[in-house]
Amino acid sequence: MANEAVKYVWEGAIPLQIHLHKSDVASHPAPPPALVLAPRIGYLPLLIPLIKPYFKDSLPPGEDSIWFDYKGVPLKWYIPTGVLFDLLCAEPERPWNLTVHFRGYPSNILIPCEGEDSVKWNFVNSLKEAQYIINGNCKNVMNMSQSDQEDLWTSVMNGDLDAYTKLSPKLKMATIEDDFSRKASLSSPQSRQGVTETDVAGQVKTARIPVRLYVRSINQDFKNLEDVPEIDTWDDISYLNRPVEFLREEGKCFTLRNAIESLLPEFIGDRAQTSGEERSRDDDNTEEADGLLREMGEIKLARIQGIEMKLEIPFSWVVNNLMNPEFYLHISVLVKAPQR
Amino acid sequence: MNSGREVSDGRLTVEGFSVAARAFADKWKIHNQSFPPWSWVPLINRTLHLSNQQEEGYLSLEEILILSSLEESPEDESLNVATDCLEKEESVDHTILNQENEAHYYDFHIVYSSSYKVPVLYFRGYCSGGQPLSLDVIKKDLPSCSVSLLHESKWTFITQEEHPYLNRPWFKLHPCGTEDWIKLLSQSSISTGCQMPVDLYLVSWFSVVGQVVGLRIPLEMLN
Repeated sequence: MANEAVKYVWEGAIPLQIHLHKSDVASHPAPPPALVLAPRIGYLPLLIPLIKPYFKDSLPPGEDSIWFDYKGVPLKWYIPTGVLFDLLCAEPERPWNLTVHFRGYPSNILIPCEGEDSVKWNFVNSLKEAQYIINGNCKNVMNMSQSDQEDLWTSVMNGDLDAYTKLSPKLKMATIEDDFSRKASLSSPQSRQGVTETDVAGQVKTARIPVRLYVRSINQDFKNLEDVPEIDTWDDISYLNRPVEFLREEGKCFTLRNAIESLLPEFIGDRAQTSGEERSRDDDNTEEADGLLREMGEIKLARIQGIEMKLEIPFSWVVNNLMNPEFYLHISVLVKAPQR
Repeated sequence: MNSGREVSDGRLTVEGFSVAARAFADKWKIHNQSFPPWSWVPLINRTLHLSNQQEEGYLSLEEILILSSLEESPEDESLNVATDCLEKEESVDHTILNQENEAHYYDFHIVYSSSYKVPVLYFRGYCSGGQPLSLDVIKKDLPSCSVSLLHESKWTFITQEEHPYLNRPWFKLHPCGTEDWIKLLSQSSISTGCQMPVDLYLVSWFSVVGQVVGLRIPLEMLN
């Protein structure tokens, strides 16, 4: 049985207001926008069957090649909808206004999408990669029967957590030992394998966690999220698809901050204020610390599943409760760039 | 204990990749002079300065020209040295027959995958106007043995995915099973069991992978 947090994650949705791009409007008057509730853990192309009926009578003749943009930025269809929203809208916009295109696919920028099959392929591929990172091999995914793979994908497409929970144990995904949430993670306890490497004495050392980090870097400081400039292109975002080496040390808690800093080494030792946290400084060198604060970068915001995270939360809890169905943890980070 | 200078499980650390990449690029420059050299592109990101002690990056070989062998095209003059060499079977040159009689350019990037801990080959093809080439057209440019390798081998297939750093669609040679056949290569060439010196990792890897995309390396590079 899945825990409460996981249920909230699966139920999370973004209200979208989808406008047909004017170059695709062949009717008069132009059709009104479509209002769609998009699952956070879903993908935009999966919404097309819901959206198309609104616009099909307005389209010019020809074949459809559907894509979306937000303020002119073509949206990468293989990124979960919730992640796109958390990343591209510093100040959350509700409903989220997107533009849909039925022609003129920008194939020099976006990889092709042939509807549900492409999205499913991307999902399974990410699942294999995540399993390789966690288990050291992806044989469980590869050995899954075709119908089980289908059913797993269908459960994700339909947002059916119960069905997913029954199927995901077949993946035998090793779980992260978690002192902070007693409930089972998405894998059942029976299939629990040690994910952490142990040395001879049995002391738990490290594990690899699949993480996709999306970083927006702003050069000047800002007080309000609405002051954050908009993104013009994906080149404004740094994307890091690399595992976090989860360190378990006796008596120490590996936090979300530790995890992010391990991927962004130039932000290590940041003592600047993040939302809701106290400023903390070393007692004996406050002046030095001031100068350092100005030069160092600062993690202003970290969002996962739409939640603005306190960075001191234990990373194991974050992973077990907030990861996506393909076992990746997607983290959107807003940073103030280090001054050089 | 693994000194870090040897690979025994067919996989590379990120530091090992940097070392192997330098060694590969150096050997290529010495032994494969009919091709331009590989360059190292550091991951100094526009928005983030990844200030790693060990510099991360990828290897890049770009604008490899593949064109028609028809002598009557005047544009071929700059490469007529290569065209003459077509007669000689031993010559290692990069003029490959192109079925469409137009200039096709290819870029190759060797990128490290932190997930799989192996290198991955990304490539793309384009015309002189910059228009990207489809996989069908690219396959026609490949030597026929490469195409059959693609079909027959379960370890090599090509997918179109986004380049990990460039926000553009590239073609990728799938990394599945890399560590397995690297281990096989280690066993056959090195007498000390499955150990392979890090320096030779990319050379060995490329001796297999390069063939899939029609890039041969001279045997001297493997020494």
